[in-house]
Amino acid sequence: MADEVRGVPELPKAERMKVPRHPMATQEPLERIRNFEEVALGYKPEFALEEAQRCLQCANPPCVKGCPVGIDIPAFVQLIREGDFTGSLAKIKETNTLPAICGRVCPQEEQCEVVCVLGKKYKPVAIGRLERFVADWERRLGLSSTPQLAPASGHTVAIVGSGPAGLACAAELARFGHKVTIFEALHKPGGVLVYGIPQFRLPKEIVRFEIDNLSGMGVEMRTDFVIGKTATVHELLNGHGYDAVFLGTGAGLPYFLGIPGENYIGVLSANEFLTRVNLMKAYNFPRTDTPVRTGRRVAVVGSGNVAMDCLRVAKRLGAEEVICVYRRTRNESPARREELEHAEEETIDFRWLSAPVAILGNNDGFVTGLRIQRMELGEPDASGRRRPVPIEGSEYEIPIDTMVIAIGQGPNPLATKSTPGLELNRHGNIVVDEATMMTSIPGVFAGGDIVTGAATVILAMGAGKQAALGIQAWLDRLAKGEVSKPSLVPAQV
Amino acid sequence: MFTVLSREEIAPKFHRFVVEAPEIARKHRPGQFVMVLPAETGERIPLTIAASDAEAGTITLVVQEVGKTTMAMGLMSAGDAFLSVVGPLGTPTHLERFGTVVCIGGGAGIAPMLPIAGGLRKAGNRVLSILGGRTQELVILRAEMEAVSDEIVYTTDDGSFGRKGLVTHALADLIAEKGKPDLVVAIGPAIMMKAVAEMTRPLAIPTLASLNSIMVDGTGMCGACRISVDGKTKFVCVDGPEFDAHQVDFDLLIKRLRMYLPEEQVARESFLASHECRALKGVANG
Ligand SMILES: Cc1cc2nc3c(=O)[nH]c(=O)nc-3n(C[C@H](O)[C@H](O)[C@H](O)COP(=O)(O)OP(=O)(O)OC[C@H]3O[C@@H](n4cnc5c(N)ncnc54)[C@H](O)[C@@H]3O)c2cc1C
Ligand SMILES: Cc1cc2nc3c(=O)[nH]c(=O)nc-3n(C[C@H](O)[C@H](O)[C@H](O)COP(=O)(O)OP(=O)(O)OC[C@H]3O[C@@H](n4cnc5c(N)ncnc54)[C@H](O)[C@@H]3O)c2cc1C
Ligand code: SF4
Ligand code: SF4
Ligand code: FES
Repeated sequence: MADEVRGVPELPKAERMKVPRHPMATQEPLERIRNFEEVALGYKPEFALEEAQRCLQCANPPCVKGCPVGIDIPAFVQLIREGDFTGSLAKIKETNTLPAICGRVCPQEEQCEVVCVLGKKYKPVAIGRLERFVADWERRLGLSSTPQLAPASGHTVAIVGSGPAGLACAAELARFGHKVTIFEALHKPGGVLVYGIPQFRLPKEIVRFEIDNLSGMGVEMRTDFVIGKTATVHELLNGHGYDAVFLGTGAGLPYFLGIPGENYIGVLSANEFLTRVNLMKAYNFPRTDTPVRTGRRVAVVGSGNVAMDCLRVAKRLGAEEVICVYRRTRNESPARREELEHAEEETIDFRWLSAPVAILGNNDGFVTGLRIQRMELGEPDASGRRRPVPIEGSEYEIPIDTMVIAIGQGPNPLATKSTPGLELNRHGNIVVDEATMMTSIPGVFAGGDIVTGAATVILAMGAGKQAALGIQAWLDRLAKGEVSKPSLVPAQV
Repeated sequence: MFTVLSREEIAPKFHRFVVEAPEIARKHRPGQFVMVLPAETGERIPLTIAASDAEAGTITLVVQEVGKTTMAMGLMSAGDAFLSVVGPLGTPTHLERFGTVVCIGGGAGIAPMLPIAGGLRKAGNRVLSILGGRTQELVILRAEMEAVSDEIVYTTDDGSFGRKGLVTHALADLIAEKGKPDLVVAIGPAIMMKAVAEMTRPLAIPTLASLNSIMVDGTGMCGACRISVDGKTKFVCVDGPEFDAHQVDFDLLIKRLRMYLPEEQVARESFLASHECRALKGVANG
């Protein structure tokens, strides 16, 4: 279908480089810290066309190798320049099922954009923003296009977890013609996209749109269903009769610091804080029933994407001072650059080279303060980053009313522990065959954070798609009678 | 949607719900609970499965009105539905033949006690129950508990029914009369469970308590329910809800239950205000 926008001409290469990278409009910092609306507003069509004009259309494009799922970036950018937004989106969807989401949350500065040829002398093509643009274009015009589905295969597959891994796996399998059911523990599907990443960074309507698309493809969604409790993996294969199971249960186990005072009231895991706010909409309390309290001074420990989200949520809940406590420096912060910059604009007080050593509280059990130790950078550690070393005698205390711990998550063991025969590594992550994504149990596959540990949306999505291919091969062999499902093993609860 | 098949008020501010939840009914074992979210804007709250019927595909919940969510639930009727009921969650009670077991239930804690006492009886134990409440009508589920107990003692704060005093007084007498039981299970307000634990600790009577900490997801994802057991942090929703009562830091639990006191009051008042309005409007219209 032709869009109602005219494309722009192809510029000579030398001129393309002179076009400056288009900034993306955002809500003003002082305004946005009072609402939960989206911060980054996206490109207008004219900007998208001009930005697309910058791409050099490299013959051997490094950007494609930078993208974990290998999107044909020059091709989709070219189609934008020609004004064929629908065609552009179709190009992206050949490899990426969730472009509106990845365009917003991918760490582009480490993936596709960091290697863009233009970036060597000028600024890289704004690949993520363009990807977001075409996906938003489709959604705003209500053009949702259900992909062509293969004829019904008669096979059924159970997907456990509705995060990006599960959603991507489901979409692929539905396209192959299989009957897919997603089992989700929470009452809303989407995984971290719904309970973790806040509205102002990823509006929930977008996730809803993707899930509705899946429903349109015949995927069944069973929320309120905990695998390991409501049914086990072995029961899915036998009692429920699924031909294969995909485990995309994510990294949903909060880590705590192990320092004194962690059970004081007002000390929350990032998961609790974000779930109360994003999933349960505590920012509307008392119009919604779930409360969250932050008080005037909030400290967040950690400096990844999760920490950035907590800091910025705390600010929006009305905290006057929001302090980020991180033991390394800004350079080592694993957060997306854009989020870090947005957080800085929102007057977050960053204390780099600072480690929390004790949480202080009063007799009623409420947190009142945090003791912090200053650090300096020493020798590089195993990760290649310089290791922070404490500076003797540098401890100081700050008063706080709330503390949020955002230092990472591990694998939630509910599904894995109730599945005898499932091989795990020493961190509790599921071990899979890298080519097929099959676990140690025939017919049971896994992907996303439950396999890799906390990673990224695009990696989880890619893993879900890859597993769909592995599942397809398994189903083919099952149909030919070359393999059979494992028999029912009782769970050890 | 999880349809409410019936709701009846079994005592002032105590409601018994029978809810359609076939998968949960099939898997339920004593000691487990569900997270209930009544409506889209609601709160997820933990409620013990007081009984289940796998054939009928139903579970029974007994709910005491204490705040906004439970009060609103009290206004529901058959045919209404909960938006979400998840479970069965938590580690089931370890059921085996211990010998003589004393089951102590206080207030709303009697509801969770019912399936546990029943399970212990079925496992071949002699079940002696002590049920307490402020007044006679608050000692709920008497007939149901009598059916699964070999002996039963009632206590009320005001002496209006059974013996006057606390469940711990009855426990002391029972031990004096019959000697030490092999196990004590206590479910009720944290302060009651703490008192029981303090009484049985010097006597070295194994004692279990079922903890009622504040929860959000109920699946080990958030850590809101964490408490300290033997100096280690545990999540009540997955590691519990039952723990060795002698190892539980009840003072921490009691403090953590006060976490949202001001917000709970706001929610309760705005709920009551809106319902008074409705009642008044009803009068004006009528
Ligand atoms: C706050 C936050 C911010 C982030 N920001 C970014 C970002 O900006 N960019 C980026 O690329 N990545 C980001 N990430 C990381 C990214 O979200 C994850 O890597 C990704 O969501 C992993 O996808 P997944 O499908 O493996 O698991 P998840 O998204 O975690 O989904 C797993 C789902 O499985 C369900 N589940 C778990 N156990 C069971 C069970 N037993 N039965 C049924 N269901 C179960 C869970 O409820 C959940 O819905 C962020 C993560 C967080 C927490
Ligand atoms: C494992 C478990 C099993 C339970 N079983 C039952 C039962 O069978 N019957 C029953 O009547 N009650 C039970 N409870 C307690 C019940 O969950 C609370 O009474 C209910 O959450 C109160 O909600 P509310 O909005 O009406 O009151 P609120 O005004 O929110 O709170 C009143 C009091 O209830 C407690 N509370 C508040 N929010 C929560 C929450 N999310 N989770 C747990 N406690 C909270 C607090 O101590 C608070 O002071 C159980 C609790 C747990 C943890
Ligand atoms: S999916 Fe992510 S990494 Fe790949 S092109 Fe899009 S923004 Fe870049
Ligand atoms: S590397 Fe940059 S300029 Fe080259 S094709 Fe990719 S986006 Fe275009
Ligand atoms: S309620 Fe969230 S971890 Fe227990």
